[in-house]
Amino acid sequence: MMNTGIPLQYFLVLATIMFFVGVYGFLTRRNLITILMSVELILNSVNINLLAFNRYLYPHKLEGLFFSLFVIAVAASEAAVAIAIIINIYRRFTTINVENVNEMKY
Amino acid sequence: MTFNQIMFALFSFMIVVFSILTVTSRKILRAAVYLLVVLVSSAGLYFMLNYQFLAAVQLTLYAGGIVVLIIFSILLTSHISQRFEPVGWKKSLFSALAVITGAILSVITILDYKFSATTEAAKEIDMKLIGKSLLSVGNDGYVLPFEVISILLIAAMVAAIVIAKKGGPKKTGSQTLNP
Repeated sequence: MMNTGIPLQYFLVLATIMFFVGVYGFLTRRNLITILMSVELILNSVNINLLAFNRYLYPHKLEGLFFSLFVIAVAASEAAVAIAIIINIYRRFTTINVENVNEMKY
Repeated sequence: MTFNQIMFALFSFMIVVFSILTVTSRKILRAAVYLLVVLVSSAGLYFMLNYQFLAAVQLTLYAGGIVVLIIFSILLTSHISQRFEPVGWKKSLFSALAVITGAILSVITILDYKFSATTEAAKEIDMKLIGKSLLSVGNDGYVLPFEVISILLIAAMVAAIVIAKKGGPKKTGSQTLNP
């Protein structure tokens, strides 16, 4: 195996740090696109977690691989829809700051 | 230190540093480029874990697709030279407090838990195996999530087109919205 000499815990701690950095960005950012980037960070850290678990604990199965594949697909469709919404909001309000966008259409 | 450990240290250092830069940078285009570095580094981690297929998917879909989409929307919606206002100290202090507390709790739990690995032999993962299990209904089959994700992708595509479509019967600008 290629990953000799690195314990599983290193990967998990790295994914934890990445996840909470994403949460920090989600809490402090005020621009819709940067909030979307924080969400991408969170999803990516979950992928690292799934793959490390699959490789270290259940190397004869494929669950982690496929679930990270599906997470990537969900992230892609989420980014597409979110960016469509962001462009629509920009057209309507000429800003994408979440504090200035506070009313809905109807 | 072996070569693997050096590579892991390099990738994790880049991931941590550039994640923090992504959420703290005050120029939005730079934040997107830092996000690109984070995603490419995690593709390197997938290569280290011996998942070549997923690393390729990560490079093409995340680094090639999503980041380009984000950069396009940045170019459409904001000025390049615009800088964000700095975050208020109260908000950043309390967010950092919550985040650090959560991270410390999770790390303590991880380091405390005794993981037990199976003794079964590792499976060789090649494209043939991935394709077969993605479309099989048997024991190692994933055809149901595959179908669900394809429906989700179609729905997302239609939704993105419908939402971002210009105009329609009502031509409302930003002036008519606030009477």
